[in-house]
Amino acid sequence: MKLTRRDVVKAQAAAAAASVAGISLPTQATNLIASSEDNRIQWDKAPCRFCGTGCSVSVGTKKGKVVATHGDQLAPVNRGLNCIKGYFLAKILYGRDRLTQPMLRKRNGKYDKNGEFTPVSWDEAFDIMAEKWKATLKAKGPDALGMFGSGQWTVWEGYAASKLMKAGFRTNNIEPNARHCMASAVAGFIRTFGIDEPMGCYDDLEHADAFVLWGSNMAEMHPILWTRLTDRRLSYPHVKVAVLSTFEHRSFDLADIPMVFKPQTDLIIANAIANYIIQNNKVNTDFVRQHVNFRKGMTDIGYGLRPEHPLEQKAKNAAKAGASEGIDFDTYAAYVADYTLEYAAQESGVPLNRLQELAELYADPNRKVMSLWTMGVNQHTRGVWMNNLIYNLHLLTGKISEPGNSPFSLTGQPSACGTAREVGTFAHRLPADLVVANEKHRRFAEDIWRIPEGIIPGKVGAHAVLHNRLLKDGDMNCYWVQVNNNMQAAPNMNEETYPGYRNPDNFIVVSDAYPTVTCEAADLILPTAMWVEKEGAYGNAERRTQFWYQLTQAPGEAKSDLWQLMEFSKRFLTDEVWPQDILDANPDYRGRTLFDVLYRNGNVDRFGMDEVNKDYGNHESEDFGFYVQKGLFEEYAQFGRDHGHDLAPFERYHETRGLRWPVVNGKETQWRYREGYDPYVEPGRGVQFYGKPDGRAIIFALPYEPPAESPDDEYDLWLSTGRVLEHWHSGSMTQRVPELYKAVPDALCYMHPEDARERGLRRGDEIKVTSRRGEIRTRVETRGRNKPPKGLVFVPWFDASQLINKCTLDAIDPISKQTDFKKCAVKIAKA
Amino acid sequence: MKKLLALFSLLAVFTLAAAEPQVANLRGPLDLTEEEEAPRMAREVNDDIRTDRDYPMAAPTIPHKIDGYQIDLKANKCLSCHNRQRVEESQAVMVSVTHFMNRDGNFLADVSPNRYFCTQCHASQLDVDPLIDNDFVSMDELFDRAAESH
Repeated sequence: MKLTRRDVVKAQAAAAAASVAGISLPTQATNLIASSEDNRIQWDKAPCRFCGTGCSVSVGTKKGKVVATHGDQLAPVNRGLNCIKGYFLAKILYGRDRLTQPMLRKRNGKYDKNGEFTPVSWDEAFDIMAEKWKATLKAKGPDALGMFGSGQWTVWEGYAASKLMKAGFRTNNIEPNARHCMASAVAGFIRTFGIDEPMGCYDDLEHADAFVLWGSNMAEMHPILWTRLTDRRLSYPHVKVAVLSTFEHRSFDLADIPMVFKPQTDLIIANAIANYIIQNNKVNTDFVRQHVNFRKGMTDIGYGLRPEHPLEQKAKNAAKAGASEGIDFDTYAAYVADYTLEYAAQESGVPLNRLQELAELYADPNRKVMSLWTMGVNQHTRGVWMNNLIYNLHLLTGKISEPGNSPFSLTGQPSACGTAREVGTFAHRLPADLVVANEKHRRFAEDIWRIPEGIIPGKVGAHAVLHNRLLKDGDMNCYWVQVNNNMQAAPNMNEETYPGYRNPDNFIVVSDAYPTVTCEAADLILPTAMWVEKEGAYGNAERRTQFWYQLTQAPGEAKSDLWQLMEFSKRFLTDEVWPQDILDANPDYRGRTLFDVLYRNGNVDRFGMDEVNKDYGNHESEDFGFYVQKGLFEEYAQFGRDHGHDLAPFERYHETRGLRWPVVNGKETQWRYREGYDPYVEPGRGVQFYGKPDGRAIIFALPYEPPAESPDDEYDLWLSTGRVLEHWHSGSMTQRVPELYKAVPDALCYMHPEDARERGLRRGDEIKVTSRRGEIRTRVETRGRNKPPKGLVFVPWFDASQLINKCTLDAIDPISKQTDFKKCAVKIAKA
Repeated sequence: MKKLLALFSLLAVFTLAAAEPQVANLRGPLDLTEEEEAPRMAREVNDDIRTDRDYPMAAPTIPHKIDGYQIDLKANKCLSCHNRQRVEESQAVMVSVTHFMNRDGNFLADVSPNRYFCTQCHASQLDVDPLIDNDFVSMDELFDRAAESH
């Protein structure tokens, strides 16, 4: 018998009623808590568990439970405010179905890919994992192993994972879900500036005279930054807000210049503004002469689909997508000359007068401009180009690296910057902007890690979307997923993700706090301690590193990702995973466990238990016998100190509400690359983009190229996916908070009323959203917070019962390898 | 009473477990590859009944419909009832005093602009039951439990 989702709800409601009945009535006679001791709550700070804004939260605990959360008044990021998710943070720990013990698919007492999930001990869980890992290593070598983590890993978790994969197992097949999220921003930074992450900071929000949102719904996705932007706009009437998007959303409520453009034509709009600046003699010629080089990027670079796809067969330069050649200003000016505002208006559908107003915001030398963007720009098959094109506007006008003049790439996850980017948990990266392909960088890392030369492989590992393809093809056979829900989040679930996880050749391990759809597709589930159940560190979008203590105990046998990684490493001897020739040359490393060589290396284990703050728990350090978090952090910090990525000593982060790197002589840096703000700029240089050898940033000549898939006669609508304010990502935490669930319980398909009418649909009707790859059933919404233009629908992806990524296409930016979740073609019919 | 409670929770677990060997509770027992009927769109709760907050700083949910409310550069419909000068007429709850403080903690004459978009913290509720229960224990409950054990 199959139960429906609603039957499950009913069963739970019955249990809930009983639990209500079981609670005794208040026993105190007065209606005030009279004892000051009883009335006391223990308050501590922790960064919010959700987005990349990095609000600090005051967390109240009582008798070992988290009982309250509110905005931290001392935090510069949010000054006492939280968004709706932040106010209910306390409840994310307490969903009734928290995972409390490992569960393995078993039949007749033995592991079976098609068996039922059966509780097992940690020992049994690690035994079967190690068995599978070792068999795969023996049969196929390290590149048949893979790991998929996230921008929600703490700094030390990502660092420990990176070490385990890159140095322990000797494969670079480790990726964060941040690949889906801001890889295009990273590649954009590296291409233009040679160094990752924003030059400015959130203080720009209080200084800018204009804000331009290039594909970001900040009102819902970065609510607290939106409160700061709103404060500036409403307090200073001269301030203008321009909002660009492919559909109208809540950020349009504050827009002076609202612009809905046809998908992909943002490339044309950005070039047209550059052309407008040049044609109207608004180029800051001194700045450009001193601080800028010009290059022309490779074109016709494909869409990162499987090689046999016709679009890849057709693309001429897919193999050298990131290449470029030097040009001069005049060549650049001629290159963009065809991109007139009139042409941009015609192609994008945005009225000419609005484009003129927008262009003038950048052109006017007396107006400080902050550009902001997230997934609209990054989840784009030409996302790196869009990042480059936005920097072009700031570089042409010199509006950069000073208060209020700021191209600012927002991030989606709490430690996409701190962990994924800075620690470098990508297939091509090492900490502090180093890369595995560079031999000097590998030697530098091996030196800090105290491992023999030649251990870290130079071959760039597989990127996120390729992981799923390799799993499906049976080329990657052991896979460990931590802190994310990639079955729900990755594109093209039916054709790539699901077949990959359920491939009988593969063993899939998922660590999570809750039973997600990714857990459902796994073979082994590991119960995980989350957020304040462990000591942690996150790094937000403005380079701010923030720490927190373990404030409560995880339920049952749940352990942090860090504990899991380190404990698992004990099951491998160097002799089993490292090559004979390296061990022959370094006999001291023989017969030692990966735990010994990676974490008991005399560096990570150099801080004893006496340094752990006695007022707080620390389940990892208690188990391993040394101050794990401090050791990992201090070793990691060696990479960046004196290299433009300086982090402060460990303790300072427990004392402050975070610090923005580089932290030099105890002082954080708000604006990089400008003398007077950034200690790394050489005296007399004024501005120095020191990520590039000659200190000059690059303006790129890049054209419009069409999207991978556009609507046609049969699949006649654009599909854009995205998030909602009340739910974080895939909803695995927020769907378990009653107030948030009841605010937005189910995904809906937002569409234009005329599109609905033409299909005989009314608000609330059940429909099928169908692409060439799959379909979901959902309901029509023609009102509400999102108002798409005709020809486009929006479906959020937080809903586990409406997996919209069954429809999306796994087309990626060929440079950044980031998926375009904003553009594919679907049709809609009554269900 | 405690025994009864235990029995009930056990029952709930069994009902879940017996249905299908599946764990992704937010989907119910549905296979990952299957699609079931999408839930009907629920009504917005509109009973104007205020509910207790689990802690004083929790942003209260909105106990009435806000469908179609205008909150933009031109107008803010929420404040037309909930602002300081409007509550006598509307008999609505005045926005919290914290909302008159700016970023630096100074009190302003009117609601601070950084609090302008009410829906960033406050949401109305739809008439649905939670899919998964939440075992969050409020400080009041902790206090009661402590009193019981004395």
